[in-house]
This record gives sequence, structure tokens and C-alpha cells, in this order.
Amino acid sequence: MQETATMLSTTELLAIPGLPLLAALTVGLFGWALKEKLSHTITSGCVIISAFLSIHVFMQVLAGASFYGNFWSWIVSGDFVVNVGMMIDRLTVMMMVVVTVVSACVHIYTIGYMHGDPGYSRFFSYISGFTFSMLVLVMGNNFFTLFFGWEAVGLVSYLLIGFWFKRESATFAAMKAFIVNRVGDLGFAVGILAIWYYFGSVDYRTVFDMVPAFVDQHLTLGFMGWQMSALTFICLALFVGAMGKSGQVPLHVWLPDSMEGPTPISALIHAATMVTAGVFMVARCSPMFEYSDTALAAVTLVGAITAWMCATIGLVQNDIKRVIAYSTCSQLGYMFVACGVSAYSVGIFHLMTHAFFKALLFLAAGSVIHAVMAEQDIRKMGRLRKYMPITYITMLIAALALSGVPPFAGFWSKDLIIEATMIREMGWVGNFASFAVLSAVFMTAFYTFRMFFLTFHNSDRVPANIKSHVHESPKVITIPLMILAFGAFAAGAWGVLVLDIANPDVASGYFGTSLFVLDAHNPLMMIAEEGHHPWYHFIFSAPFWLAMGGIGLAYAMYFRETAMPKQLAAATGPLHTFLLNKWYWDEFYERFVVKPAQCAGTLLWQKADLAVIDKGIIHGGIVDTIKAGAAGMRRAQTGFVYHYAFAMVTGVFGLLTYLLLKA
Amino acid sequence: MDLNNVLGFPILSLSIFLPMFGALVIWLFVRGDRAVRWAALAVSVATFIVTLPLAFMFDKNTAHMQFEELHPWISTFHVNYQLGVDGISMPFIILTSLLTIICIISAWECIQTRVKEYMLAFLVLETTLIGVFCALDAILFYFFWEAMLIPMYLIIGVWGGKNRVYATLKFFLYTLAGSVLMLIAVLAMYFKAGHTFSLLAYMDYPFDFTWQFWIWIAFFIAFAVKVPMWPVHTWLPDAHTEAPTAGSVILAGILLKMGAYGFLRFSLPILPDASQYFVPFMVILSLVAIVYISLVAMMQTDMKRLIAYSSIAHMGFVTLGTFMFTQVALEGALFGMISHGFVAAALFLCVGVMYDRLHTREIAAYGGVANVMPIFAAVIILFAMANVALPGASSFVAEIMVLIGTFDASAITQRICLYR
Repeated sequence: MQETATMLSTTELLAIPGLPLLAALTVGLFGWALKEKLSHTITSGCVIISAFLSIHVFMQVLAGASFYGNFWSWIVSGDFVVNVGMMIDRLTVMMMVVVTVVSACVHIYTIGYMHGDPGYSRFFSYISGFTFSMLVLVMGNNFFTLFFGWEAVGLVSYLLIGFWFKRESATFAAMKAFIVNRVGDLGFAVGILAIWYYFGSVDYRTVFDMVPAFVDQHLTLGFMGWQMSALTFICLALFVGAMGKSGQVPLHVWLPDSMEGPTPISALIHAATMVTAGVFMVARCSPMFEYSDTALAAVTLVGAITAWMCATIGLVQNDIKRVIAYSTCSQLGYMFVACGVSAYSVGIFHLMTHAFFKALLFLAAGSVIHAVMAEQDIRKMGRLRKYMPITYITMLIAALALSGVPPFAGFWSKDLIIEATMIREMGWVGNFASFAVLSAVFMTAFYTFRMFFLTFHNSDRVPANIKSHVHESPKVITIPLMILAFGAFAAGAWGVLVLDIANPDVASGYFGTSLFVLDAHNPLMMIAEEGHHPWYHFIFSAPFWLAMGGIGLAYAMYFRETAMPKQLAAATGPLHTFLLNKWYWDEFYERFVVKPAQCAGTLLWQKADLAVIDKGIIHGGIVDTIKAGAAGMRRAQTGFVYHYAFAMVTGVFGLLTYLLLKA
Repeated sequence: MDLNNVLGFPILSLSIFLPMFGALVIWLFVRGDRAVRWAALAVSVATFIVTLPLAFMFDKNTAHMQFEELHPWISTFHVNYQLGVDGISMPFIILTSLLTIICIISAWECIQTRVKEYMLAFLVLETTLIGVFCALDAILFYFFWEAMLIPMYLIIGVWGGKNRVYATLKFFLYTLAGSVLMLIAVLAMYFKAGHTFSLLAYMDYPFDFTWQFWIWIAFFIAFAVKVPMWPVHTWLPDAHTEAPTAGSVILAGILLKMGAYGFLRFSLPILPDASQYFVPFMVILSLVAIVYISLVAMMQTDMKRLIAYSSIAHMGFVTLGTFMFTQVALEGALFGMISHGFVAAALFLCVGVMYDRLHTREIAAYGGVANVMPIFAAVIILFAMANVALPGASSFVAEIMVLIGTFDASAITQRICLYR
């Protein structure tokens, strides 16, 4: 075990992921014997302690501490060594705090939400296990621990989406998530293998230190006539993994379907933490991405397409959770755009604010769903404001934050992303990205408030038999909402004003050396040179007015019941259908990926294996030849003595003739 | 010749013949199904305990054979009874003795006919399997290799499913055809290398390339059938589907590894030049096995067939790693065999559990198992995920090592491009 610059307590660091793991194992293995109360006390207790420890570590790191060291070795074979170790710096601690705090809120919320479910302790075991996996993902000091966490969160996500396994749609959604993620993981694994191949190490520090020298060597790899720089190849491969995990086009299709899972996990896994792993990874690897303009352009482009496309789909969805799910895809797109334009610090900042307001949005939606007896269709809600005031207020805060209205958290981070994108010169990719992030602001505000007004205002469309049950949720549900609402309100201002996240010189801002930006790329520096007063953005910038416009339009169409939505849908007929069917991505995959793969499998099995190898070669070729030969031989064995005697005489005669002639 | 045996005690002979001896005792003296089961379990546990010192007393710091034994057997033809293990074979012996216990326990309830014969077959099978991994004499190896077929043939043929006769015959003929060529190759080496059957002597003898080439092909056919490699794999799905649960377990757990073990024991050390020459060929066959067979596995509706095909694909990783000629890949291949021995065996046991309750192997008929058997569902997920090679599972370590080794062996990849 070697340590450098250790000021953090090893025990404390190990306890942060260790406690949730312990809780998950205890409740997972002995859940059948535990009462509900004990199950949630163990898991929530461990995660809350873990959250406090994370905050403690966060304070220490703010004061200048850090950690880099290995604990155990995992694989040792010749030169190939993989260790289990941690790297704790400012990027890591921010993720740790986000993960554990949101997880703690979700744990508490779950006590109320899942009460009475037959899989109660199983659920707690899963979410604690998830917390452990996610912490391993962010705290590891090499690509293999990252990959371990990466796959482990994918597994837990699979288990949780399929949590209500009696519902067929849930099990299929779980499979879809797992399989689509495996596609991304393939790219990720190739990236890691390529890192090993070129750098001979998988430790972050070793690899990142070698990158500048590596760039100077101009290594390229060729494949079928294409030439690509090795570093670009590595970055692109890693990014494929990020696309899978973070629901980026074209691997986004699993994320909306993942809403089949219980709402607490939609908040924790499919909004706040797991899906942001891709963004975290790109930021973590900023020392590599920075040196590959191609990779950065790819990240920007994919992020921009996702941000824009998923926003358009969100405009017309009617399932409350799906609206938010598409919004998540879209916001993740924003984060990738930020990373792509080298504003990693802003990307992570948006990740942090988004974690708060999106988790809040989901949990508030869960509270609504809970109240209206598991109904998720916003067309069957309305006027819920008077029944559930706390949910109403908290969701309003989340919606304002998501729309980017100052001074809520989302404004600070999203506005910075848009500015960074617009100021950074990246050719047509940059232009497209600027267009995408700007227009998506309008759409985001619109669909968020459409969903909000339809749920809480408009006319009362709740069926009569349910209406008598509608009530505000219990305290275990509303308290986490209030905690997160505080975050959704204040996290943005806190980040910029207190932590100094947006410092143009990244190294002297909050993130210090944990992120790496080339000076020539740094969009924050360019913004600073432009020299606007910070308050300028509050009211004079385009995003602000676009957000206001979106909210205004939603207000006009949905605050009271109007005929406008129907008229608009009729007027835009085919476009509306196209959006309602989510751009037909599922149908596309069904026809061009799933069916061909199935055909190939069937073909190889029925034709190649059974028909050619078994029937053709083995039976037809070898077995039949032997059979035919044997049948011929059998004919000689008639059983009649005189036949044999005749053969003998003929043989003797032939031999004698041969010998005589030879002599 | 000095024998390297720290124990000074014929522990390998004991491991080999204890199950056989136990089988003999059970055959002669034990009456009643219940007693037979307990006796067979006792014998297998005893064998497992006997094999344990192999792991604990194993000297990790040497590549030489350990626990050696050497006695003349047929001195006219210089055939010796020569045993010994190294780091390659030792884990397989432990795996064999462990899986035999599990097989006997798994048959406790579900085998109700001819219990005694069944248990005898498994104990004899254990003898032959441990023998294969210990033998350092080519004839002795061949003896155990062929003898193994008899109990396995009976296990599938007597206690198997509906189509068992077809499956057994296919299994038997395939393997036999391969083995005949191995015998010819062994005889050829005997005459070439100066009248010896000792594998250690072969490893030191410089066979010229033409010899290596032909002998390699003969061995390849024998081992490729056993692994099984594409395109001589079609016996495996049939054998697996028809075999009783424990038969599938031992088939997937140990028998498949014998082929890859053969490559490691014969092809690589004795015929290094030919092995090097055939690398592109082996790589292509392995890759076909991985991709083609995985696609086929995806379309299976029969659970056992699915796992059988997935086994072939995993063995593709093993052969790929074996022929990469890098340390990491080779160790990965070895690790993969052990890992697959556990994972595939466990999956077949899981299918066995479901078959006992539902009497079908159709995946479509299994819906809702988690409702009534939640703990079993958790277990099967665990092993399914291990089969997927999620990090944390043994198969992940194996596969990633093979892949790392393959990346390192890019020189060989270039050679493939040249051969294209």
C-alpha cells in the first residue's frame, strides 16, 4: 500500500462505500427475517452516516487534503496489474456528496413510498448496493475500478427497473436497459484495453501524466484505410460507453423505458447519479479528451443532438415520468455539450444542480403518483394543488430550476453552458450546438410547465373513485422533498458565489487540478474576456427570455383548460405523431438491429449448424459414406459356404497365376 | 532421475484410485439406494480431502512437475506409470474432486433408477478425469482419456433424456474419431523421439517442423473435438441437452477443459513451432466460436442448449488466450477454464432444479419462477451475471486477461492481416 499526500483518513474513506455495502448485504441476505422497520433503519442509517462522512471529507478536501493510494491488488499477471485504490480530489468529493446526499433523501422517501410492498427489504438492499457501486465508480483511482462500478450500477439498475417483475413491461424494460448498456460497455471496454495497450497502465495518474508526451508521438492506428490518432480512438471508445450509460443518442432508448421501475430509483439512478456517470467519466478523463479535438467535437455533437431531440419528444409525452425522463436525456445532453466545449467544470456543475432539481422533480412526481393511486397519465390529473400543497411548492421550485429561471439552481449552470457553447468556435458543430442548446431552453421550459400545469392546475380530471383518496403524502416523503428543494433553490448560487466553480481559470477555481483544460480551449476564459457584468445574464441574455417564453406559452395553453393543445396537435398532424412516437427509434432498432441479429442467429443455427454441419457433412458426408461402404462389404458376407469356397479358390488361383507369371 | 515429491507419498495415485476403490467396495458390499448414496458421497468427500494437499503443499515458485511418481508399466515398450502435476493441472484436479461431490449430491433425489450404477459411474469417471490431469506418460494419458468415455457414455445413455441414444452415439463417435488420431500422433512421437512415451522427454526433444506440423494436426483434431471448437462442436448441445443434470455439470465443468488442457500440455510445449504456425488458424476458429456461437446461443429456446452454446463461446475465449503466446492471455485462458468450470456447472445445476419442478427446459415456460422461488431466483441471477462476466466475477478477470493479452499480441494480429 503506497500513499501520497495522505491527509484523509483511510478508514473514513473506506467506510463511505463500505457502510452501504454492509447494509446492502445484511438486508439482502437476511431481509426475509427482518421486519420493515429494521430493514430501513439499517440501510438508511448506513447511507446517512456515509453522507455525513462524505460531507466531512468534502470539508477536508476544501481545506486542501487529498488522497491517492491502493488498498488491494485485484489482478496480477506479469506486467498486467490491476489494483483497488482510491483517488480523492475535488471532482471526486463533489460526486460523493451528490451521490450520498441524494441517496440518503431517497432512502428516507422510500420508507413512505414502498411501505407495504412485498419486496420492501429487497428494495432497500438494492438501493444501498447501488450507493456502494456508484461510490466505487467515482472514488476509484484506475479505469478498472471505474469499470467495476460502471457495471455494478448497471446491474443494480437492471434489477431495480425490473423490480416489479410481475409486470411484463418492467422485465422487458429491464432487459432493454441491460442490453443497450452492454453495447456502450463494449466501447468502454475497448477504450480501457486500448489505454492499457498504449500506456501500459490503467491508473489515472500514470496515464494522465503520460498523455502530453504521448500526443507528441502522433501515433495513429489504421483500420480499413481510415487513419485515426490513437488518443482520439481511445476517447471515442470511452465516449461510446458514456453514451450508453448516460442515455445519449442513439443509445438513449433504454432510459425512458426505465421509468417502469419504482419512482425513488428513477430519481436516484435514472436522474441524479448513475446516468451522470458518463459525464463524470468524460470530466475525469479531461486530460485525455483535451488533446483530441475530434473527440471533443463528437462529444459536443452527440450531446447537442440529444439535448435537442429529447426535448422535442418531451413536448408531447403524457406520462408524467416520461416527460421527466426525456428531460433527463436532454439535460445530460447539455452536460456533454459543456464537456465537449471544454467547460468541464460547468458540466459537472450542471450535473450537481441537476441532481438536486431532477431528483426533486421525480420524487415530487412520485408523491403525486402515490396520491392518485399509481396513475401516471397527466391527462387524468389536474387541480391537485389544493390537495398537496407541499408537493406543489417543491415541484414548482424544481420546475423553475429546470427551466433555468434565476435565481434557481438550474439557471446558474445552464446559462454558463449556453454561453460557453456560443463563445467557443467549433465550426458547424459549434453552430449546431449553440442552436440546439438555445432552442432546447424554450422547449424545456414549455414541457416542464405543461406537465406542471396539467398536474396541479387546469381542470380537475381525476376520476371520482380516486378523488376521495387524494391526499398530501406523509412526512417521510415530504421532508426529503423539502431538503432537495433547498438544494434545487440554492445549489447554483452556492456553487458560483461560494465554491467559485465558474472561475475562468479552472486551476484556481473550485476544481483546482482535478480537471484539465488547455488555455486555448477554455471557453470560460473567453467569457471573462468579453467582460460582461455577471448580473447582465439575469435579464438581458437570450436564454432567460426563451425560458420565460416557454413558461408563458405553457401558461397560455395549459393553465386553464383551452382548446389550443388539440388545435395545435391537429394543425401539426404528422409532426405531432412523429414526436409522440419518439422519432420511431424503437421501431428503427427493431427493424434494423434486433431482427437482423435474430435472423443471423437463426440462420447460423438452423442452416449452418443443423443443416450444413450436422446433416450435410456429418450425416450426409461421413456417416452415409461409411454406411454405404459397410453395405457393400456386407453383400460379400452371404453366409453360404460355397460362396466363400468359391472366393477362396478364385483367390488361390489368382495368386498362383501372379507368382507363376512373375517367375 | 530425481522425483520431485515433497510428500514422499504417492498422493496422486491415491487421488486417482481412491474413487475407483470406493466404487469397487460399493459395488461389492453396499446394498440399498440410501446406503449407496451416502457411501458414494463419503468416497467423493474423502477424495476431495486427499486432493487438498495438492493445493496447500504446492510450490508456486517452480515450473517443474511436483508430487511426481514413476514406475515401469510395460517395460518392453518403455511405457511408464508416470504422474506429476504443475500449475496447469493442479487446479483441475481440485475442481474435479469438488465437482464430483456436487454431482453426487445433486443426484440425491432426482436419480431414482439404478442408483448404484449411477454412483459407480461417477466415481469411475472421477478416477479417469484425475488420471488425465496427472498423467505424464502419453500412453497413460491416452488410457485415461479413452477410459473416461465409458462412464460418460453410460451416464448420458442410461440416465439421459428422450433422445439420449442419438446424443450418446454422437458424443462417443466424435470423441473416438479424434482420439484415434491422437494415438497415431503419440506413436509417431514414440518412434521419432527415441522410444519413450514421457511427455517431459517430448518437451525436450527438438522435433523438426514437418513432424511438428503433422503431429500438431492430429492432436488438434483430438483436442478440438473435446473443447469443442467450431466446426466440430455440434455434439455438445445434444450431449448436454440429453445428459442428466450431473452429467451436464461434469461435462461442462471438466470434460470440455480436457481439450484445452491438451493444447496446453501437448501442442504448446511439445510442438511450439507448429503451434506458432497455426496461430492465425486457431485465432480465427476461436473468434468464429465466440461470435457465431453467441449468435446461435441467443436464439435458443431450450435452456440447456443455451448454456451449452454459451459454453462453446466461452471456450472460444480459452482457445484464443491459449494461442496468443502472451503470459497474460495464457493465464487468462487457464483462469477462464477454472472460472467456467464453476459458472457453467452452477448454471446447469440451476436448470436441473427447474427441470425437476417443471419437467421442461423451454425458457418460455419458466416465467414467474421468482414468485415462488425468490432465493433460487437470486442465485440464478448471480450465476447468469457471472456468465456475462460482470466485473467482480471470476469470468471477468479471465476474459479481461485474455483480451489484454490479445491486445498485447498485436504482432500476431498483424500476421493475421498478412495471411489474409
